[in-house]
Amino acid sequence: MQKDSFFNTLLADSGARWFLGCLLALVTLVPLLNGLVSQDSVLHIPTYAVSLMGKYLCFALLALSLDLVWGYCGILSLGHGAFFALGGYAFGMHLMREIGERGVYGHPVLPDFMVFLNWENLPWYWWGFDSFIFAILMVLLIPGLLALVFGWFAFRSRVTGVYLSIITQALTYALMLAFFLNELGFGGNNGLTDFKDVLGIELQSDSTRRGLFIISALALAGGFVLCRWLLKTHYGKILLAVRDAESRSRFLGYRTENYKLFAFVVAAMLAGLAGALYVPQVGIINPGEFSPLNSIEIVIWVAVGGRGTLYGAALGAIVVNFAKTWFTGAMPELWLFVLGGMFVVVTVSLPKGIVGIQFYRDKLFQHKPKTLPTPSSSEASS
Amino acid sequence: MIRYLLVLKLVFLTIVPTAWSLDWENALKQLGDKKFAQVESAVKALGRSDDLRAKPLLETMLENKLYQMKHSKVLVHAEGKRNDFKTYDVFTGKELASGVKKRELKRIRVNNRIRSTLKSALARIALDDPNPENRKEAAENLREGDPKEVTPLLKQALLDEKSEDVRKSIRFGLATLQLKHPDPEIRRESLRLLSGSLEPEVKNLLIKALEKNNDGTWIESETDIREQIAKELENIEFWEVVYSGIKTLFFGLSLGSVLLLAAIGLSVTFGVMGVINMAHGEMLMLGAYTTFVIQQLFPQFIEYSLLISIPAAFLVAGIVGILLERTVIRLLYGRPLETLLATFGVSLVLQQTVRSIFGPLNQNVITPSWMQGTLEINPLLSLTYNRLTIIIFVPLVLVTLLVLLKKSHFGLEMRAVTQNRGMAGAMGIRSDRIDALTFGLGSGIAGIGGVALSQLTNVGPNLGQSYIIDSFMVVVFGGVGNLWGTFFGAMSLGLANKLLEPFAGAVAAKILVLVLIILFLQKRPRGMFALKGRFVEN
Repeated sequence: MQKDSFFNTLLADSGARWFLGCLLALVTLVPLLNGLVSQDSVLHIPTYAVSLMGKYLCFALLALSLDLVWGYCGILSLGHGAFFALGGYAFGMHLMREIGERGVYGHPVLPDFMVFLNWENLPWYWWGFDSFIFAILMVLLIPGLLALVFGWFAFRSRVTGVYLSIITQALTYALMLAFFLNELGFGGNNGLTDFKDVLGIELQSDSTRRGLFIISALALAGGFVLCRWLLKTHYGKILLAVRDAESRSRFLGYRTENYKLFAFVVAAMLAGLAGALYVPQVGIINPGEFSPLNSIEIVIWVAVGGRGTLYGAALGAIVVNFAKTWFTGAMPELWLFVLGGMFVVVTVSLPKGIVGIQFYRDKLFQHKPKTLPTPSSSEASS
Repeated sequence: MIRYLLVLKLVFLTIVPTAWSLDWENALKQLGDKKFAQVESAVKALGRSDDLRAKPLLETMLENKLYQMKHSKVLVHAEGKRNDFKTYDVFTGKELASGVKKRELKRIRVNNRIRSTLKSALARIALDDPNPENRKEAAENLREGDPKEVTPLLKQALLDEKSEDVRKSIRFGLATLQLKHPDPEIRRESLRLLSGSLEPEVKNLLIKALEKNNDGTWIESETDIREQIAKELENIEFWEVVYSGIKTLFFGLSLGSVLLLAAIGLSVTFGVMGVINMAHGEMLMLGAYTTFVIQQLFPQFIEYSLLISIPAAFLVAGIVGILLERTVIRLLYGRPLETLLATFGVSLVLQQTVRSIFGPLNQNVITPSWMQGTLEINPLLSLTYNRLTIIIFVPLVLVTLLVLLKKSHFGLEMRAVTQNRGMAGAMGIRSDRIDALTFGLGSGIAGIGGVALSQLTNVGPNLGQSYIIDSFMVVVFGGVGNLWGTFFGAMSLGLANKLLEPFAGAVAAKILVLVLIILFLQKRPRGMFALKGRFVEN
C-alpha cells in the first residue's frame, strides 16, 4: 500500500516523470539503434557513442548522489570524487584479477604492475577480488566505510559549512597522493587498466557495451527512485529539517549527526557504484580521479542542473559533460573559460540551475514564484 | 726465480735513473709513456719543478684533455669529437689547429693513482698562489697526499704563510697527516689539533684510526690515544645529530614561511569577510608571473627585479582581487558555499588566461646573484640563501600587516567590520568599501607571496593550485581571523612536514599531516586560535 502511494506521488511530479521516461526511452532506443539499425543508416548509433552515453549516465548517478548530501542535507562535499574513484578501484581490481595469465608478463597470479615491481605475493587487500560478488560488495562497502568513519568524526564534532568542504577536499587530495605511490599496490601513476573481460564476457564487444549502458541507466533510475523514497520517509523529512535549521532540529531532540551520517554513507555508496560502472566503460582507473578538481567539477554539474531536485543533478552532469566533450574536441583552450564561467554564472544568477527555468521566468515577469524544493542556501551553510 | 729477479732488475733500471735525472723536457716526454709508474714519477717531477708552465699542463691532464700529437710528439690541449678535434697550446691556450682527426692524437692516460698524484702536485703549486683562498684549498687538498712528502711541504708553508685563516687550514692538514706518525707524542699533538673539527674527512680518519689490523692488534697502539679518539668521535656524532636537527628546523621554517605567505592573505579575507576565496592560489601565480614580466621588461635590472616586483605584484594581484570582489563576491555575501564555487570558477578562468598568454610551460624566473648559493656555517651545516631570504622576508610582511591592522585607521575599520558588521555600519563605516579594500589587501599579499615563490618553485599556470589546499589547511588549523593563528599554523605544518619526511617519505608525510589536521579538527573544529564570542556562531 505504502509502496503504491509512493510511486503515485513520484509520478505525480512532472520532473520525475520526465526523467524516468527519458531514461526508459534511452534504455530501449539506444541499444536498438546501435545493434539492429545498419551502420549506414542515419539513425545508427556507433558503439563509441553508446559507451560515451554510458559514461555520462555514470556521471549522472554520481551527481545524483552528491545532490542527496548537498541538496537535501546541506553538506557541500568537495571530495565526493574520492568515493567514486574508490568504487572504481574496487571494481577495477576485480577486472585486473580477471585478466589472469593474459597480462604482458603472463604471470598466473600477479597483475602486470606487481610483476614489474618485483613483488612476490599478492598483497592481502587484493584477496577475494577474483570473486565478482565480493568485488561488488566492496564497491559499496569501501566508499561506505570511508564515509562512515570520516563522517562520524566530522559530524560528531560539528564541523560544518566551508570547514567541512575544505577537509573533504583535503581527504580526496590525500587519497590522490597515496594512490600515486607505487608501494600502495594499486598500480601507482598508471592505475589499473588493460582489462579483458567481466564474468567471462569480452569487454570490448558491442553487446557488452550495450549491456553496460543498460545497466548504467537502470542504476541511475534505481538510485533516483531510492533517493526519492528515502526523502519521502520520516527520515527524509528530518533530513530536510536538519538542512534548513540544524540547531533547531537538535534542540527538538534529534541526533542530527546520525541523520547526516546516514545520508552521507548512502551517497558515498551510490558514488562508488557509479565508479564501478564507469571503469569497465572507459577501461581505466587512475589516481587522477581523486584530484580535487574532479570533485569540484561534480559540484558544478549539480549546480548547473539545479540542486535539490535529483533529476536536475543528473541532467546537469549530462549537459556539462556533453559540453566538455564537445569543447575539448573543438576548442580545447576555451573549455576552462567555459567551465569557470559556468561556476560564476550559475552561482551568481542561476541559483536553481537549469531546471529552475520556470522560477526565473516567473521572477522576471513578476509572477508569484512557484516554490521549488531548493533550500535557501544561507541557512543551509551557516 | 732467476727470471723474477731479472724482471725486478729491469724495473729498477727503468725507474731509478729517470727518477734521479729528470729535467723538464724529459718529464714531458715521459708523460706519454705506456707505464703508469713512469707517468706518475713524471707528474711528481713536474710538480716539484718551480716552472710556472707546470700548472696549466697538469690541470689539462687532470681534465683528461691532454693529448700527444702522434707525429711530432708535441703535447697539446685538445677538445672535440671523433674527426673534429681542436688543438690548443697547453701553456698559452692559443688555438693551434682545428679539424684534427682522432687517430692523429694520443691521449695521455690517467688512472686514479695518477689523478691523486696530479691533485697533490697541483696543490703543491697552489700553495704558492697569491690568492689566500687558493692556498687554503691547496692545503686542504694536500691532506690526502703521501705523508712523507707532504709533511715537510706543509711545515715550510706554515713558516711562510701570513694569513691566519690559511695557517689554520695548513695546521689542520698537518694534524691529519701526523695522526699516522709513528711517534705517539706527535699523534697526541695531532689529535689535539684535530679536536673539535667536524669535517666528514676527519670523522673517516678517526674511524680508520680506531680499526684493528688483520692480526687483531689495534692500529693505534696507545690506549689513551684510542680513548681520546673515541671521545672525539662521540663529539662529532653528537654535533651531527644537532646540526641535522637544525637543518630540518631550517627546512621546516622555510616551508612554513612559504605556507605563511600563501595563507596570510587567505586568513585576512576569510577572517574579515567569512569568504573562502578559491582563486587565492591564482593570486600567488599572478605575483610570480609579475616577477617574470618585470624581469623580461627590465633585463638590465635583474639584481633589483625582486625589489621592483614586490610592489608591482602587490598592485597587480590587489587590483585583480578588488575587481573580483566588486564583480562576483559582492553578489554572494552570506552564501559562503556559493562564493567558494564562484571563486573556484574564477580561478579556472585566471589559470586559462595566463596559459593563453604565456603558454602552458613553466617560465624561467632568474634568481638574482645575491640570493644564489649557500651560506656555509660549518662543514655539517650549509643554508641556501634563497630560503634564508624568505625566512627573513616573511616576518617583515607579517609585522607590516600587524602594524597596518592594529595602528592604522583602515585597520581599525577593518577590525570593526570583522567583529560586528552591523554595528560598524551604524558607526558610519562603509563596510562594503572596507570589504573591497580588505580583499585587495589579502590578494596583494598573496601577490607578494608569489614573488617569493618564484624563487623557490617553477612558475607555471598551475603554481597556485599546488598551494591552495595547503594554505587552506594552514588557515583552518590555525583558526580563522587570527594572524597569529595563521603564523603558528603555517610554522607547525611546515615543521611537521619536514620532521616526518625522514621517517615516512615526502608524500606519506604530507598525507600524514593532512590526516592529523582532520583529526585535530575533531578536537577543535575552529582551529588552534578560535575566535570567541557570539558573532562567531553566525
